[in-house]
Amino acid sequence: MVDVLFFVFAAMAVGGAFGVVLQKNPVASLLFMVGTLGAIAGIFVLFEAHFLAAVQVIVYAGAIMVLFLFVIMLLNLGHDYRADIRSGIGAFLAFAVSGAFAGLLARQFRGAEENPLYQRFPGPEGMDALLAEQGIVGAIARPLYTDYVVAFELVAILLLVALVGAVALAKRRV
Amino acid sequence: MTLDFVSRADFIWALLPEIVLSCWAMAILLVGVWEKERPGLPPRNLRLLAWLSVAGLAATAGVNGWLYGVSGTDASGMIALDSFRLFANWIFLLGAALTILVSLPYIAKQRLQAGEFYTLVLLATVGMMVMAGTRNLILLFLAIETMTISAYVLTAYHRADRRSAEAGLKYFILGAFSSAFLLYGIALTWGATGSVNLAEIAQTIEAGAGFTGLLMAGMALLGVGFAFKVGAVPFHMWAPDAYEGAPSPSTAFMAAAVKAASFAALLRVFLEAFPGLYEAWYPVMWWLAALTMLVANLIALSQSSVKRMLAYSSVAHGGYLLVGVTAANEFATASVLFYLLVYTIMTIGAFGIVMIVSGHGEERLQVDDYAGFGWQQPVLGVLLTIFLLALAGFPGTAGFMAKIFLLQGAVESQLWTLAILLALTTVVSYYYYLRVAWYMWMRSADAGEPAIPVVAPGIVRFTLIGSAAVMIYLGVLPGAVLEGAISAAEHFGVVAGEAFMGLAR
Repeated sequence: MVDVLFFVFAAMAVGGAFGVVLQKNPVASLLFMVGTLGAIAGIFVLFEAHFLAAVQVIVYAGAIMVLFLFVIMLLNLGHDYRADIRSGIGAFLAFAVSGAFAGLLARQFRGAEENPLYQRFPGPEGMDALLAEQGIVGAIARPLYTDYVVAFELVAILLLVALVGAVALAKRRV
Repeated sequence: MTLDFVSRADFIWALLPEIVLSCWAMAILLVGVWEKERPGLPPRNLRLLAWLSVAGLAATAGVNGWLYGVSGTDASGMIALDSFRLFANWIFLLGAALTILVSLPYIAKQRLQAGEFYTLVLLATVGMMVMAGTRNLILLFLAIETMTISAYVLTAYHRADRRSAEAGLKYFILGAFSSAFLLYGIALTWGATGSVNLAEIAQTIEAGAGFTGLLMAGMALLGVGFAFKVGAVPFHMWAPDAYEGAPSPSTAFMAAAVKAASFAALLRVFLEAFPGLYEAWYPVMWWLAALTMLVANLIALSQSSVKRMLAYSSVAHGGYLLVGVTAANEFATASVLFYLLVYTIMTIGAFGIVMIVSGHGEERLQVDDYAGFGWQQPVLGVLLTIFLLALAGFPGTAGFMAKIFLLQGAVESQLWTLAILLALTTVVSYYYYLRVAWYMWMRSADAGEPAIPVVAPGIVRFTLIGSAAVMIYLGVLPGAVLEGAISAAEHFGVVAGEAFMGLAR
């Protein structure tokens, strides 16, 4: 069941990503992107990362994408545009390179279970134990505020930089 | 003092320079908004803000010096307590301070928002310091973003100038693109080794565990991301446009400090996490270095704008530095650090005078405009000549010594071709650097053209004279600084040890 669902969500995510690239209308592209993000949220649920899935839906698919949509509407960009890659050879190359890279990556997972390194990743049983012990939020919150507290603080500075920069660039009067 | 990181409070001590500078930057932001805005006039507290920023950098430098006495029990922790980080911090702090001092009249003349400008410079410096000081790829990515987002804003900072906005947008799009490469590379590296800690990644690779193909893909993507950030050919397209369009203070800061930070992070990632894969990454670095030196120097030959010429020269210097990265022995790493220090000072010095000649605006940037400048303003003319000679790597200046050390590092790893290319392209670069000097001293301004009006307050002159003096001093007596760089580069090397001749010992 989980395997079937995984492939359904994976196909949705990949199909949505193709839609983002192939659509000429920005609004349609954007809606495909919402679909991709939603499918990835589904995959998170299959991995028992319910909190991540919820955040993905609320923050990404919900808030950020709606914001994108607002900007596109506000700037009146909702028309069809010519493709960025004009020549057929360019388009072929773009798909060939991404396809080759995807194939290369896919090959890596054959026989992955035999690698001793595989034990480093918790796996389904490990995840179940972790979730039973710390809860869905705790499994994220604990490392976030202990092991990665420095990264957390640095994100705060990063957001401050973005905020100051946005105000400095977009303020009405100079 | 020894930190073991059992208690989280130890992170505060280990990160004290970054914390001091972040708090100081926020204080400057508050002081900046305190003053009531006067449309069309520079803020009344501009000088106060600039001096406060420099004081903050000095305080951070003090804390940075104190950290030399602090050691950690764990040599693989998230925050590195090694002298590589501390030496790199000196470079960033110096770069930020010089930028702020040299650009004071530019900010006043162009009425840029001083408080936010200095805040962004300081916070970018915080990002750089974390970049050089972390062994964790997640922290590294966040630090790179902190630095580059500040740099995007600083590039587009001149709102009355269309070119500045265009440059900012270009830099932002290509920068975001390269960040995606970096992030994908980090994700794949994590997938291949099960860790985001550089030391643990190195252990996994050495033990022969890890998914080799995935690791190669991750390392390649990391390499592409870093090649974008350091502006190596063929990933350099953004650099000349961004550098030319940005307001000159931002250009100086980006060309010097941002590039230094990218190189520090590149060295740390490739020499600490991937020394076991040297065979795989060294040919790529080799080609990047060779192409960057050749292409950038040849394009720089044909530039008529001094600012654009300096932009290409900055790309070319990235190529010389990549030779040191390719050599990857302890001495080469030390020479890269030494080169970065020298390069920061001479680049900001040269841009300081370009700002003065261009009237603290974006005019008079052509080589022709420098005709007769030397005789009109002998002091500034001599200073610019010193900076240009240092950039060209003329004997007697620090640029020469820096290149000699790079060459020595390359020779120790037996990179003969790269060493010869470095020497040859340096000779080529003499042409475009000395052309400016030739115009300054040998050509007289067209009759009827008024002399270049010069606004150079005492503090700017003092900073420039000090920088030039350091350039000469390091060109004659590089020993003490080089020794600092060598001790900073300890353990940073693939071919460590035997071939190391130890010039300064």
